[in-house]
Amino acid sequence: MDFVRRSFLTLGLLAAFATVLPGAHAEPASIVVASTTSTEQSGLFKHILPLFQKKTGIEVKVVALGTGQALDAARRGDADVVLVHDRPAEDKFVTEGFAKGRQDVMYNDFVLIGPKDDPAGIRGGKVDEAFRKIAAAKAPFVSRGDRSGTHSAELRSWKEAGVDLAAAKGEWYRDVGQGMGPALNTASSLGAYILADRGTWLSFKNRGDLTILVEGDPRLFNPYGVMLVNPDKHPTVKVKEGQAFIDWLVSPEGQQAIADYKIGGEQLFFPSAKKG
Amino acid sequence: MSQTFQETLCRLWTLDRDVLAIAWLSLRVSLMAVGIGLLLGIPLGALIAVARFPGRGAVVGLLNTFMGLPPVIVGLVLYLALSRSGPLGPFGLLFTPGAMVAAQAVLATPLVAALTRQVVADAEAHLGEQLRSLRLPALRRAGVLIYDTRFSLVTAALAAFGRAISEIGAVLVVGGNIDGHTRTMTTAISLETQKGDLSLALALGLVLMGLVLSVNAAVAVLRGHAARAYG
Repeated sequence: MDFVRRSFLTLGLLAAFATVLPGAHAEPASIVVASTTSTEQSGLFKHILPLFQKKTGIEVKVVALGTGQALDAARRGDADVVLVHDRPAEDKFVTEGFAKGRQDVMYNDFVLIGPKDDPAGIRGGKVDEAFRKIAAAKAPFVSRGDRSGTHSAELRSWKEAGVDLAAAKGEWYRDVGQGMGPALNTASSLGAYILADRGTWLSFKNRGDLTILVEGDPRLFNPYGVMLVNPDKHPTVKVKEGQAFIDWLVSPEGQQAIADYKIGGEQLFFPSAKKG
Repeated sequence: MSQTFQETLCRLWTLDRDVLAIAWLSLRVSLMAVGIGLLLGIPLGALIAVARFPGRGAVVGLLNTFMGLPPVIVGLVLYLALSRSGPLGPFGLLFTPGAMVAAQAVLATPLVAALTRQVVADAEAHLGEQLRSLRLPALRRAGVLIYDTRFSLVTAALAAFGRAISEIGAVLVVGGNIDGHTRTMTTAISLETQKGDLSLALALGLVLMGLVLSVNAAVAVLRGHAARAYG
């Protein structure tokens, strides 16, 4: 009896071990894509990845991080492809030689969100003006503070509005250091202003009293780029599968899949790959 | 609040196969990690309990401190080690379930060792005279005491399981929360919270607690049977 019980335990442990060991059973070809919380949390990947996998048999494993962190993971060789949205940081990544090139994939836009009663009075205005008014009114503002693409865009906006953030910062400026969703949750409970990407906002459910106050300003344009990690830097990069994914994303078929993703009838991302 | 709770109960009925797969992965990873933790932690804890060596007090203190290892630090250190640019990079473990097992095993082992040390030390205080009179070497004494306290050590295993399955800091960093691959119950709950879908997050939380409850119940039943048969 004791022997039987022990054998069972051992067998169970071995079986469990076998299922978690890499390569213990045949796995389909797969790549790791380091991307941003906005693409994951908006549900875009859940929509397009099954289409790609059906066509090519390649499984895409998405690690959703802030843009800065995603690029760092790729620099370390922990991803095959990066899909992010911070043009200056992407260009730096290419200049450093971690990727041989960058391709446009799609864009969406940022929206400036705030409480319906709009204490700083920014509704319907321009972005610059809105940021100046928020700082002047010291109205609660939630910042991502996580080196993400959205965080970079927010910092650029303060700068372009002529607000010296270091000097103006105070109790009203809440730096939460988290992803888009948690930052929206915080803004929702504080009744604060926040800069968000439209995709995450549309799929976000816990809105409370928040609404879109400023949108459509060209300055709120938010382009996404895709890059294959340079195999010269990291020989483990799966060039063939990674390139296949990039080629599909910018192909008419991939671009159509991106355009087809809608929430409540509203399109979240707009294809922008150059035809060629 | 009450509306969220009602929604939560409704969501429980509509949870799909994805959730089952996620729960199964959580269970597998945590059981594996506890298995490793027991294999390493029990002998280690018992040896520290019976052996007499200089600096033993410091070792015990260190072991007890390691029970409180912050998971996110364990995750970060393992992330750097398992990264392609890290010393263990060639194994390609980062962002796989194997990496999550490793991280949780690092958390479980000191917990098991510290609890085992306490249980075995207490048992030795009771049986010590007799044992020492047999003049057994430390290794044999440890073995005898482990066997003697085996039912109490189940609690150490359960504590380690509880820590492993409820932990998020380490699995999130080394696993990457990849959909269908390294998404566990805790990282899924965190993701749904971030998406603002609080009722789904709560529903998943209830599933996780159900899972922990089932494991504890199963262990209690097994222990009851075993105690009657061998106690």
